[in-house]
Amino acid sequence: MVEHGTDRIKRGLAEMLKGGVIMDVTSAEQARIAEEAGAVAVMALERVPADIRREGGVARMADPNRIVEIVEAVTIPVMAKCRIGHFAEAQVLQALGVDFIDESEVLTPADERYHVDKWAFTVPFVCGATELGEALRRIGEGAAMIRSKGEAGTGNVVEAVRHLRAIGDGIRRLQVAPVEELMSEAKELGAPYELVREVAAAGKLPVVLFCAGGLATPADASLVMQLGAEGVFVGSGIFKSEDPALRARAIVEATTYFKDPEVLAKVSRGLGEPMRGLDLRDIPVEERLAPRGW
Amino acid sequence: MRPGVLALQGDFAEHRRALEACGTDPIEVRTAADLEHVDALIIPGGESTTMLKLVDRYELREPLVKHIEAGLPVFGTCAGAIVLASKASDGEPPLGVLDVAVRRNAYGRQRESFEAEIDVTGVGIVPAVFIRAPVFEDPGEGVEVLATWAGRPVAVRSGRLLAIAFHPELAGTLAMHRFFLEEMA
Repeated sequence: MVEHGTDRIKRGLAEMLKGGVIMDVTSAEQARIAEEAGAVAVMALERVPADIRREGGVARMADPNRIVEIVEAVTIPVMAKCRIGHFAEAQVLQALGVDFIDESEVLTPADERYHVDKWAFTVPFVCGATELGEALRRIGEGAAMIRSKGEAGTGNVVEAVRHLRAIGDGIRRLQVAPVEELMSEAKELGAPYELVREVAAAGKLPVVLFCAGGLATPADASLVMQLGAEGVFVGSGIFKSEDPALRARAIVEATTYFKDPEVLAKVSRGLGEPMRGLDLRDIPVEERLAPRGW
Repeated sequence: MRPGVLALQGDFAEHRRALEACGTDPIEVRTAADLEHVDALIIPGGESTTMLKLVDRYELREPLVKHIEAGLPVFGTCAGAIVLASKASDGEPPLGVLDVAVRRNAYGRQRESFEAEIDVTGVGIVPAVFIRAPVFEDPGEGVEVLATWAGRPVAVRSGRLLAIAFHPELAGTLAMHRFFLEEMA
């Protein structure tokens, strides 16, 4: 008997990406630069988050031509984003042969109340979360991988750190809670009880956890890996910097050797200018991306 | 006997857990110096293109080949199997220590990834998870095909090297790890 699209297969692909860097790319040429630098996967986009933020308007799934061009350019897996709740965009992405779908707050949400039913798909989904309850709701809907949301396109890691810490704190709280408290914890988290019990027993999410949103330097990658991320997404931070190939490679090395300050010191030198960052206080609340999703 | 798991990238933690469940005390291998301390090595699943680039960047290719030629038993799963092969259909060149070619992503993209039960010579029937998996082609003399799927080799062995296209570490079975530790290491 042969089975496709099982939990094991979906979550398994995320396992294969652990310890790696997933890079946002907008062309076949950028995809090849990312692969050459050692990326474990690329995220095929029409615009990186920094440009989406600057240009405004409705941000949608990328042009299928663009995605196919990137799929054909590399041997590593290709991810692509659909809007929150836009299951038809997700169906298109699956039909195009995309290996992983990111139901992403970086694009303009298509549904203000519901996310995509991710169990209905053969390909795996990654979803963003700002805290444990949100992570477990997405896993309950079928997400095979979780990432922090961060504040994409800012080059500012502070929000991603907040989300990672919040997820970690939530897990530690469940680990020490007596079993009779877990139902109330589930209620307060807004999360499925069975998943709450699973996390309390295992001390970790049942799927791989990556960090995303605002990473710009090798030290940023090391910071979030030391805080418990199992790998990183880098968006605007690479192709909005002065020397993308060099920076991409340095972030890969920092992710592998995140515990080794000697390696970090070496790879952090001579990288040229990082992307110009944004202070969160300069972004009006209504323009922030992380609160999108429910 | 102390086994190691190459820990540059991929699901090395799952292999570590499997080795611990087999009653060994494994270490994670990230440098040439770490290699000196292991009697057997697992090269895990991951992204083979990335893993081979990291092997070169961190100057591990030569030490790995040297230890393998000196008799280090190695078990490669999926990406780890590609790392051992003599040549790959595309992408980064493998170590070339196992006389078999590999075709990357032989079944297609992620939506074609699958689970099945595989009959492995010397092991029996094992649950197998194939994720963007390769297949083996043109096994050389002295390379024994231990299992096939749809007529194509998915598990091979030569001397102290064992290479399989699937992931026992994700399938909740220790049979392949036990086979490697007991029969080959």
